[in-house]
Amino acid sequence: MSLPPRFNPVLVLLGALLVLALVALPFLRVAPNRLVSGQAVGFLSLLAGPIWLLAGLPCALLLAGFIRQRRAVLALVLATSVALVFGLLGLAASQAQLVSQAGASLARVSFGAAFWAAVVLSALIASDTLQRLRATPFQTAATGFGTVLVVCAMLASGWCDDLSIMKEYANRADGFAAVVARHMQIVGLAMAFTLAIGLPLGWAAHGYAKVASMAFPALNVVQTVPSIALFGLLMAPLAFLAAYWPALGAAGISGVGIAPAVIALTLYGLLPVARGTLVGLQHVSGAQMDAARALGLKPWFVLRHVGLPLALPVVLGGVRTAAVAAVGLASVTALIGAGGLGSIMFEGLFSSAQDVVLLGVLPIVALGVLVDGMFRALISLAVRQARPHG
Amino acid sequence: MRASYKLLGASVLLALLVVALPYSASFFAAFFPGLERPVYMQDPFAWLLLQHCLLAGASSLVAVVVGTALGVAVTHAGGLQFKPVVESLVAIGQAIPPVAVLALAVPVVGFGEVPALIALSLYGLLPVVQGTIGGLQTVPGAQLYAASALGLRPRQALAYVEIPLALPVWLSGVRTSVIINISTAAIASTVGAKTLGSPIIVGLSGFNTAYVLQGAVLVAMLAVVVDLAFEMVAERVALKE
Repeated sequence: MSLPPRFNPVLVLLGALLVLALVALPFLRVAPNRLVSGQAVGFLSLLAGPIWLLAGLPCALLLAGFIRQRRAVLALVLATSVALVFGLLGLAASQAQLVSQAGASLARVSFGAAFWAAVVLSALIASDTLQRLRATPFQTAATGFGTVLVVCAMLASGWCDDLSIMKEYANRADGFAAVVARHMQIVGLAMAFTLAIGLPLGWAAHGYAKVASMAFPALNVVQTVPSIALFGLLMAPLAFLAAYWPALGAAGISGVGIAPAVIALTLYGLLPVARGTLVGLQHVSGAQMDAARALGLKPWFVLRHVGLPLALPVVLGGVRTAAVAAVGLASVTALIGAGGLGSIMFEGLFSSAQDVVLLGVLPIVALGVLVDGMFRALISLAVRQARPHG
Repeated sequence: MRASYKLLGASVLLALLVVALPYSASFFAAFFPGLERPVYMQDPFAWLLLQHCLLAGASSLVAVVVGTALGVAVTHAGGLQFKPVVESLVAIGQAIPPVAVLALAVPVVGFGEVPALIALSLYGLLPVVQGTIGGLQTVPGAQLYAASALGLRPRQALAYVEIPLALPVWLSGVRTSVIINISTAAIASTVGAKTLGSPIIVGLSGFNTAYVLQGAVLVAMLAVVVDLAFEMVAERVALKE
């Protein structure tokens, strides 16, 4: 049995970058109010008492790259990188509390570049270490989910309430859930239409070559058209339709708002879903279906128990691509008045308020990762189901 | 060679639109009778088209050069250990919508062309890295053994064996990157960059659907023309195989 390597260049590079970011970049920005851009506060200037322990974590990660990479060392590296994220968030939160206790109730404490760099580098260290530990996809997902859960608990506990982004959230707390729901409504409606049209289209393309040769080039062109242009191209016709048939307008269909958003997102989703269905069905070889039919099984039974399980992973892959893209694209639909998390993001952008931008962007990213993870899990389940038993 | 005819047709159509749109006031006035100014005149369409191409082109160039170098580095001796990290970085990056990258770049560097250039270059990297790694992985190990048995040095093997075999997958990554950049450059007009997205954004905020339509048609045509150009190149590459 060979010994594990004595040197981990990845950990050394990421650890060095981590230390460098914390030393050289601003950790927090403190501003007297939300309108002026704040003063940079470095991590080193905060060093006192127990914070020295926190400063020890990135140094330990860097040094751990130079010793033999046994499993125990790797497990410690993983724990350290996760602990660092909690520690840095806690430090930022306590600093924000100190500032507001000093009487500056309008003061804004926001994350600096060093904080974000440290979070991303910690995440990369954790993901690389999980791969070196040969963690199963389930263990990786559990680690990520657990970390996010602890961060959410820290946010919910009220400890972080003095941070600028949480103040922005408090300002919008009443309408925030509705905005998230609207975002999910746009994505959900678009995905429902995408599946209702895309699955039969893929099935038809599998059976009739003519359908494939007509539908796919058209869908390819749609995929090429930039999102904002597609919204714009749909606006005028929908506005005319609504003006022509007032019943449509009364039903909420007009040039702006949710109707063009859902139509555009549906059009974008059709290609991956239809292509996934076509490729998935092609995966099911004729011999497998023939064998099932030769056993005297009924056609629907063959489709349900042979065709579907074999095609499902590829079909789900197409649906995953479409769903993740829809979550991101739904942020642009705010520009045509459809609402959703993009409206918070653009509001922050147009008023140059970075924390408002973040308040819109972070949930979009979280939603995208969540949808992606959900479909990954479904796909791995489907693959396991499709394998012959025993 | 059908792609070349389509490309020619689409390019001519785009050029015609750029030339004819400034004279189309009466056409748009007929459809949108309520509008005082039915044609976007703040900047000439040809100039906006040029700006759009410059922004998308410059950022794509950065993305292709850096992304390809990164992809080659992590698939060869010395960099192999870094491949999982780069792959997770690409996966994390793609969970963030391009418009969010744009919005996050503004607080760091301010409004204008610079945040757009940074955001587009960074975001464009991801498909190029993915295409480079994916393309190089399609090269069969046996071919690499054959190359070294013939006495080719690693650099020669890269130039004469790996790159030609990886080309189609790499090209599709570059194509995705450029198309995303054209699309994001249109939204970049929200952060102060002047592109073909400007008429759309001005039109949306001023309830001028004619402006929106003019910008949208031009951006869509530009994307289609560039995509057809890539299709033509892809056909050539496939023919050589």
